[in-house]
Amino acid sequence: MADLTFDPKDVAQLSPSLVDGRPSLHDVTEAVSIHTEIETHRNWYIALAISGSVTLLLGSMLAYLVATGIGVWGNNNPVGWGWDITNFVFWIGIGHAGTLISAILFLFRQKWRTSINRFAEAMTLFAVACAGIYPLVHVGRPWRAYWLFPIPNADLNMWQNFRSPLLWDVFAVSTYATVSALFWYVGLIPDLATIRDRATTKLRHTIYGIASLGWRGSATHWKNYEKAYMILAGLSTPLVLSVHTIVSFDFAVSIIPGWHTTIFPPYFVAGAIFSGFAMVITLMVIARWVFKVEHLVTITHLENMNKVILATGTIVGYAYATEFFIAWYSGNPYEMYTFVNRAMGPYAWAYWTMVSCNVISPQFFWFKKLRTSIPFMFVLSIFVNIGMWFERFVIIATSLHRDFLPSSWGYFRPTIVDILTFFGTFGLFITLFVFFTRFLPIIAVSEVKGMMIQAEHEKHYLPATTGSTEPVKVH
Amino acid sequence: MADQSPIHGVVADFDSPDTLLDAVKAARAKGYTKMEAYTPFPIHGIDEAMGAKQSILGYIVLCGSVTGFTTAVLLQWWTGTIAYPLVISGKPLFAFEFGFPIIFELTVLLSAFGAVFGMLGLNGLPRLNHPIFNYSGVAGSSDDRFLLVIEASDRNFDVTATREFLSTLGAEKLEVIEA
Repeated sequence: MADLTFDPKDVAQLSPSLVDGRPSLHDVTEAVSIHTEIETHRNWYIALAISGSVTLLLGSMLAYLVATGIGVWGNNNPVGWGWDITNFVFWIGIGHAGTLISAILFLFRQKWRTSINRFAEAMTLFAVACAGIYPLVHVGRPWRAYWLFPIPNADLNMWQNFRSPLLWDVFAVSTYATVSALFWYVGLIPDLATIRDRATTKLRHTIYGIASLGWRGSATHWKNYEKAYMILAGLSTPLVLSVHTIVSFDFAVSIIPGWHTTIFPPYFVAGAIFSGFAMVITLMVIARWVFKVEHLVTITHLENMNKVILATGTIVGYAYATEFFIAWYSGNPYEMYTFVNRAMGPYAWAYWTMVSCNVISPQFFWFKKLRTSIPFMFVLSIFVNIGMWFERFVIIATSLHRDFLPSSWGYFRPTIVDILTFFGTFGLFITLFVFFTRFLPIIAVSEVKGMMIQAEHEKHYLPATTGSTEPVKVH
Repeated sequence: MADQSPIHGVVADFDSPDTLLDAVKAARAKGYTKMEAYTPFPIHGIDEAMGAKQSILGYIVLCGSVTGFTTAVLLQWWTGTIAYPLVISGKPLFAFEFGFPIIFELTVLLSAFGAVFGMLGLNGLPRLNHPIFNYSGVAGSSDDRFLLVIEASDRNFDVTATREFLSTLGAEKLEVIEA
């Protein structure tokens, strides 16, 4: 049955440490809402100033690019896709963990997702916003980007080629961005109502009142809401898998050795989840400390995410091995050459960076001590982020840079514009987070409360496992 | 309100989902049908207790899915074979094989619109105000309080008697709210 509350048997699996220290319902409201209500901290302005400046750098790099042309990038012939597409795939992949946490883990009734899903969904949106920039400017004349969509218009006088995976990508990414935004907003509505009800000034009350659309938490509201949430989760699950599948089609449907493989869709999806979870760890370790919600986002949450990193990292490593095996087994000399060249050619440095970060580093998470160590997981998650960026770069650059004829061989070097643009997207990403954490509840308040109450019910039937045996105070 | 009464109903304010659920069951047993609960999170089993029907949102979403699917098929078929037929790499002008990704994406997109806007529509949102906001303790219903309102439109409703009845159910606070 579609509902957000718990069955007693689910709660039996629930670790008592998912909500630590037995806070009351009001404590949860307080802990999550307070950071949107207190006076703006000086550090917030400092953070905004830094990330805002980096975003301005992104803006100026894009303005320079649009005013001058794609030649300001390092893209050349034969490497026609450079950092732009690398960064596009990097960012879109990061977004996938958010959807995985909010939708797939929801359908699998993984209750531990509850206190991290809001944050992870925000990460999805902001990462997709960063990703979207690249194909837009990569088209060369972004003021004509609407030609990508099937809009009848007089200046094009033709229709899109629906046989092209690049057009599938347009539909996949724009659908993904839209559905992620809707899913996120639907989740926010009850919590915005909570902040509205706590508002002390008329202005706050009006703004959050409009944002929460007049939500009043009636049983009828919740009934339709739960249904909508369940359906959105059900839609997002195949959607997120389709998005990275279609992104991988951009490569796999071509006939370039190194790209033209059927392993790409599952391999890209696993890689996306791997990188996304690493980014959630990086951000969550910082956020739970800054906003003092360690009791809501506990070490158990982080450990579970690290297990996902271990699993998906191992899948990615297996995919790397399979690619080499199939290249050899195919007997195709171009295919074989591409892979030998990938590991031992001019981009060997990038290839082995990728392997060290993506295949070797997550294996440390077999050890519980390392999996539950905050400094260790923080460093390791950054390694994974680096590794997954290199994976996309390796796939793109090594497959393209040595064309079929040695006369068309080349080497890709990024220009300063490439580097600063990529750096700038981090500014945009962080700036959006800075605004998010200031004005919106970073934890799904209503979901956490539902989980606590049900967990408390269950305690009457279960022997106390750990911690305090005092019942939840409901005031 | 059907009877043009200035009263919306009587609100009883409970401190836990269990007492609310018991109160809903008691009110149903007493013969009340027009009631609404206001809670900070969904309460398991409250719809059954209130005798509420299942949400019809699924049908709205299905309409969205069918529209999305049909739009995507027609768009690709019409542009490819009629409006702008062009042979590219010897591929057919239209085929479900290459049409599938866009068919899938548009189906998902319009289903999601159906789910979100359908949910808002069924809930009557956005809405500027509602009588429940006249209750002095309404803010609690999004924090840690559990409200039950027996509405004046109920045919068994009587301000004094209903109030009296609700006070027997363990409510910590009772209030008559204006429509």
